[in-house]
Parts: sequence; structure tokens; C-alpha cells
Amino acid sequence: MALKIDQNYRRFKEIIRGKIKQDLKKYMSSGEMIGKQGKDYVSIPLPRINLPHFEYDHEKKGGVGQGEGQEGDAVGKPGEGEAGSGAGRHVLEVDVSMDELAQIMGEELELPRIEPKGNKQKLDSPKYRYTGIRPTGPESLKHFRRTYRQALKRQIVSGTYNPKDPMIIPIREDKRYRSWKEIPQPVSNAVIVYIMDVSGSMGQEQKDIVRTESFWIDTWLRSQYKGIESRYIIHDAAAKEVDQETFYHTKESGGTIISSAYKLCHHMLTQHFDPGEWNMYVFHFSDGDNWSAEDTNMCMSLLKSELLPLVNLFGYGQVESQYGSGQFIKDLEKGFEKNKEFDHLITSKIDSKDDILQSIKTFLGKGK
Amino acid sequence: MANLTIELAKAKENIERLAGDYGLDFFQTIFEVLEFDELNQVAAFGGFPTRYPHWSFGMEYDQLSKGYEYGLSKIYEMVINNDPCYAYLLKSNPMVDQKLVMAHVYGHCDFFKNNHWFSKTNRKMMDQMANHATRIHRYIDRHGYEEIEKFLDICLSIENLIDPHSVFIKRPGHSEVDAQLTTGEVKKLKSKDYMDKYINPPEFLEDQKRKLEEKAKQKKTYPPSPVKDVLLFLIEHAPMEQWQRDILSIVRKEAYYFAPQGQTKIMNEGWASYWHSTMMTRNILTASELIDYADHHSGTLAMSPGQLNPYKIGIELFRDIEDRWNKGKFGSDYNQCTDLVEKKNWNTNAGLGKQKIFEVRKVYNDVMFIDEFFTEEFCLKHKIFAFEYNPKTTQYEIYSKAFNIVKKKVLDALTNRGQPFIFVVDSNFENRSELLLSHRHEGIDLKIPWAQDTLKNLFQIWKRPVNLLTKLDEKEKILRFDGEKHQELGGEKKAS
Repeated sequence: MALKIDQNYRRFKEIIRGKIKQDLKKYMSSGEMIGKQGKDYVSIPLPRINLPHFEYDHEKKGGVGQGEGQEGDAVGKPGEGEAGSGAGRHVLEVDVSMDELAQIMGEELELPRIEPKGNKQKLDSPKYRYTGIRPTGPESLKHFRRTYRQALKRQIVSGTYNPKDPMIIPIREDKRYRSWKEIPQPVSNAVIVYIMDVSGSMGQEQKDIVRTESFWIDTWLRSQYKGIESRYIIHDAAAKEVDQETFYHTKESGGTIISSAYKLCHHMLTQHFDPGEWNMYVFHFSDGDNWSAEDTNMCMSLLKSELLPLVNLFGYGQVESQYGSGQFIKDLEKGFEKNKEFDHLITSKIDSKDDILQSIKTFLGKGK
Repeated sequence: MANLTIELAKAKENIERLAGDYGLDFFQTIFEVLEFDELNQVAAFGGFPTRYPHWSFGMEYDQLSKGYEYGLSKIYEMVINNDPCYAYLLKSNPMVDQKLVMAHVYGHCDFFKNNHWFSKTNRKMMDQMANHATRIHRYIDRHGYEEIEKFLDICLSIENLIDPHSVFIKRPGHSEVDAQLTTGEVKKLKSKDYMDKYINPPEFLEDQKRKLEEKAKQKKTYPPSPVKDVLLFLIEHAPMEQWQRDILSIVRKEAYYFAPQGQTKIMNEGWASYWHSTMMTRNILTASELIDYADHHSGTLAMSPGQLNPYKIGIELFRDIEDRWNKGKFGSDYNQCTDLVEKKNWNTNAGLGKQKIFEVRKVYNDVMFIDEFFTEEFCLKHKIFAFEYNPKTTQYEIYSKAFNIVKKKVLDALTNRGQPFIFVVDSNFENRSELLLSHRHEGIDLKIPWAQDTLKNLFQIWKRPVNLLTKLDEKEKILRFDGEKHQELGGEKKAS
């Protein structure tokens, strides 16, 4: 049914997508994307536009709450559900499982489902589905409706059914039980390699962006593949493989030689994973400040001849940093522009937290 | 108009009779059953079936329908202050919920009709809103969607600059000017010569004269005294097209209509919850519905560390008041009693509870309600605390559980609906037709980037530079927007 509100709703959507009224874009808040991770408790970002008012600085204001707790106990972060007894503005916060979360994100960003590449499917252990009916089986699987239907049939046929006193008593032959079928589930595996530049020019803010973005990419890809492996590489002038914890928390410094990471990544993919069986994803985040033009050339040839033929998708996300020159993204774009063969190399610029959603959409929007 | 099923109609009849028996006094109440998307639409429109077109309603709708689809939230009740009252039921709700909502709604209807702060609201707002929508549609036809939307954005950005108390104030007309001011002489009391210097002491006269001079000086500015209803001032004095003036006045009217609901949120929800709870548990519930009722009732009243639940605080305060007045726990004898045990067991069998809560719902608003009935015992019993922002941990932390601090925080959040006090001080600031607004600083700074953007919007209406006098980090500052750039000036300038 068409509702009166539809026009307003469309208008709002257009503003959100940045099609019209760009000046309102700066009032958009999408909430913190990862609220409280852990215990699968995640706050869902629904974009809001709040027109400017004369208003108190809420951060400094504080408020009143109710419950157990001692002085000094934390009650939450600002921006998270707008703590405080102020206006009734709500960020929705609930228990959502990672699968649901991925689904919601998929709908929000209109992400296509991923088509696994080629015949990289192997048959996984079969799944059981209760679809059929049979006359024998354990009592716990008894199908009541079918049993009584059978009994009714029998009674009508044998003439023992009395419509004025409809009593139906199943006998042994009437009993029906659920039966199952084995359904082989095709399963495709994927490996995701996250590469982060941890040179001196990547600050805390930049890393936060990378962290948030890789969390969402991970969530989405996990919803698309059954068996997923994540690998992490950090690099400055040299590259090394690390675990997730280290990936997000190291503070390295020094120069940047991107090719070192690409070499390691290639080594890792070819040594540990069979390209015939695995879908491979590589995401590289950097501020785009490579050591030398020579090394950039080396990266290009590495990508062209070694990495790109292997992977489903190579995403390069460049975060804005006040120190970096941001040259690398331009080089990439120039090197691979208009080359159909390499359209699974996707670049995206992430200037601030607000660009994360858009960037995820750029990376995953093609359904690779 | 009502599309109730027979079962619902019966329930309605029953609950309406019950509510009447309990002494509730309400406008005729019409229930409508809606599908979830229709209900979300009505809720997004603030309870009305029609509003003027604006994306912000679309945004509310987006939130509500997403919340519903993902199973995160559901609207329980929606009732509008109108004569007759309209209330909406969600079609898919089970019967026990429908009854709960009905009982709750009668509480609200009674509150709307009888609470003094609602007495000046338009009781035919349903028609008025539709009328507003038609007018704005007409302007859209004439001037184009973009143009009207842009202006509405501006209006909605300043819609909070109203004075909800002003509807109760009757001021003398402008023609009456203080006679003392025109003559410049201080009135003396009649006296015999020898008594004159006692009855009219010279120091006092001097003092009065100085005050008068100051006042006379002030009178040169317009408005003569600060005006809190900034919107009205703009409507009357800013250079605007007629259609713009009309739209601004529409936005203002609607803001005034909604203001009392903001002023009485705690009381209103508390009152309605009190009555749904009373009626459901005493009269309506069947045994099979008890568990579902208990579940939903406790969901509504759930408390959370991050904020106060108005339903919870409201109902508990009303119950507390009823209990205290039933036992005679009030008055000077009780207040001066220092023996805690005696105080706790105080019971004079006064039996005034019912009478008192009805009286409270008639004359109080949230600020008064909290100020008078939020007692130390109550604060302790319900474990209420104040929290503040800790920049070191970037988190809100519990900062005190002391009664006076908590109470001050609660009142702060309610005073002026939790918004800063802004006044028009001078419409000819610096003798250059600039607008000067003043923020009465009460300890918390304004959010500067937002204030600047709001000034920008005000400029669109005033068409001359706009200034806002406020305090930043304890220092007086004037924020100024002259049509091109923002400036931050020291506060000394206002001396002129």
C-alpha cells in the first residue's frame, strides 16, 4: 500500500545517499559502528540527520541513570545510545548475531551475494533435512497431524467414524513418522589477508578506521563463506605475519616499502593455500606513502603478474593521514585503469570514519 | 470511523467504564487498529495522519520501520492530545497487549484533559495539522519543493526557541508606558515637610533615580526587555516573504502544541502507567494473560544505567506520593521528625493518597513534580545516580550518588526541556540593525559548531548579521555570523 510518508522517506534516503542537499551531509550521524563488540552485542548504525540547534555540549553535560554501581563505574561511551536523561533520541542497540548483522549490513548497503569463483567448490559433510514421511520410526519423531489424518481415513473407509461423536483413535498401522534426507552441501572456502601499513605516519585514528572497516568486511565475508581463514600482515620497511591482536595494536615506525608486504602475501597464499580450492581476498590499508617510485613500480608488476591472477578481489583502502603524500592510490589507478582484466582491483579512499560505509560498499559492491 | 473488532470493542467499553469508575475524566476516545507500516507512519508524523512534507518524518519512519523489521523495537501506544482523543492499536498485538494499551491510553487522555499545562493547547489539532499541511502544499505548488524544504530546514533548526510559559502570561498592551520613564522623575510619597527626609530618604531617591536612568537607557533598545519567544519576535519583525512568515508561524504553532508533552513526560507516562497497572491487575487480567502482562509491563518499566526511564520514575513517584499521603507522611510534624525509625513507621491513617495524586496530576509539571516529590528516601530506594563524562577514559562514569547532586542533575535535565535559555536582547545591535541574542549560561557551554550553523540559519531569516552572547570556558564571547564568515569576539563589545 502506498503511504503518505513514502515521499518523505524517499527524500530522506536520497539525502543519506548524498544525491541531494549535500550541505546536510555534515549533520549525519551513523552512530559508532562497533558499539560493544564481544558477547555478540553490537549497536546497529542507522543514519540520522540532526538539524543544528542551539544545544548544550552533551559530552560535558552528563546525566542521571538508575541501577547498581559504585562511584567511578563506567556507564557507557558518548554517542552510544546518547546516554543521559536528555531528549528521547535513541540509537538502537540490541543483541544481534553476527549472521544477522551481516544480513542487515547487506541490505543497508545493497551488497550483492558473492558468486564463488570458478569451480572452487568442494562437497562438505552432508546436512540432514526432515522432509519425508514413513510408517516406522521412533516415537519422538511421530507426526501427529499425518497420523490422525491416516486414522480418520481408515475410520471413514471402514465405517466406524461417527460425525456426531467424532472420536478418532489411531492404531499402530496409522502411525506416521518424519524421515530425513541427506543433502550434500556445497561449501566454498575463502581466505582473507589483511595487510596494514604501520609506518610512522599511521596514527591511532587511522588504525581505528582500518579496524572498523576490516571488522565489517570480515563480518560480511564470513556470512558468505562457510570456511574462512583470516591472515594478517603488517609492514613498514619490512613485512611480517602477525596474529589479529598484534595487527590492531602494534605501533611500529619507520619507512614504508609496500612491495615487501605483497611479496609476503604472495608467498603465503601460494604456500599454504591451494588456489584451485580457495577463494582469496586481499585487503591492503595504507596512507599511500611509499618509499620510492621504484618500489611502487615493483608493486605494480607484483600485482599484475603474481597477486591479481590469484585472488577474487584485491582491495586497496587509503586512509587520509596528515603525513602521507597519498600518492600510491593515484599510481594504482593509473596503472590499472580501464583494464577489464584487472577489474577485481578496487581502490577506495577513506578520509574519515564517515567514509567507512561507502568504502565497504565500494569494495564489496561488485559481488566478487 | 473506529474499525475495532467485536472483541476489541467490548474490551474498550469495559475499560472505558472502569476508567470512569476510578475517577478518570477524559475526552471521548477513538481507537483505530492499524497495520505496522501505517502505525509507523502515524508515529513518524508525531501521532497525526497528515503532516506537511519534510524529510525528517521520513527519517523517523526509517528508524521505526527498521526497528520493527529487525525485531528491535515496537511501538506500544500512540495517543494524541485532541478532542476527541485518537489512539492507535497495532493489529498484530495479542489481546492482552491491546487491553494494556487501552488502559494506558485512558490514563493519558485524562492527563491531557486535566493537566494545567495542556490547558492552552489546541484541542482541534488534528484539523489544524491537516490545515498546515494543505497550506504548505500550496506554497510548494507556487514556489517549488526545494525552496520550501530549504526554508523548513531553517525553521526546524530554530523551532526550540519558544517560551512555553508565555501562553499563560497576560501582558498589558504596548500603549502603557511607565509614566516615570517619560518624565524622568522619581515619584515621591506624600509627606509633611518635616517628615519628608524620613519618608523619602535622599539616598533612596538617588538610588531610584540611577535605576530609572539605567532603565531609560535600556528602553532605547528594542525589545525593551529580553524576549524568549524568539520565533514570535522573528515573525513580527524580520523581513520575510509572506509565505515564509506563514511557514515559520506554522512551525511555531506546532512547537507550542508539542511543548507541554515535553514538559510533562515523566508525569504523563507515570500517570498512564499507574492506571494501566491498577486497572489491569485489579480488574481486567484473566489468569491466562498474567505472565504476558507481567513480561510486557516490566519491559516498559525496565531501568537502564544510561538513562532514566520516565515510565519507571513516574509510576514510582505517583505510588510514593499516594503511600505518603495515605499514611500522613507530610507536613511540618513529619518533616521535622528526626527519628528515622519513627519516620519510617509513620502512619496517621490520613487516607488522602487518591485525592493527592489527582491534585498533583492537575497542577504540576515535571520540574515541579521532581522538585517537590523526589525525596532522599526515593533516590536511595531506586538507586539513582548522576554520571559525568571522563575525558581520560572517554566514558561516562558514575560520579555521585549523593542526593542533592543527583536531584540537581535531574532538574537540570528537565529545566527548559533540557535546552539552553536563549533570548532576543537587541534588534539594533551596534546601531547596525544586527540581531543580538543572549544565552543565559548556567554552567554548561553550548556546542559551538552547531551554534554557528544555527546562527547561519538565523541570518537567512534576519538578513543582517546575527550575534550570540554566550560564555565559553568561563569567558564571555560573542559568536557572530555576518553572512560570509563566522567570528568569535570578546564579550566586552556588548557594553554599547
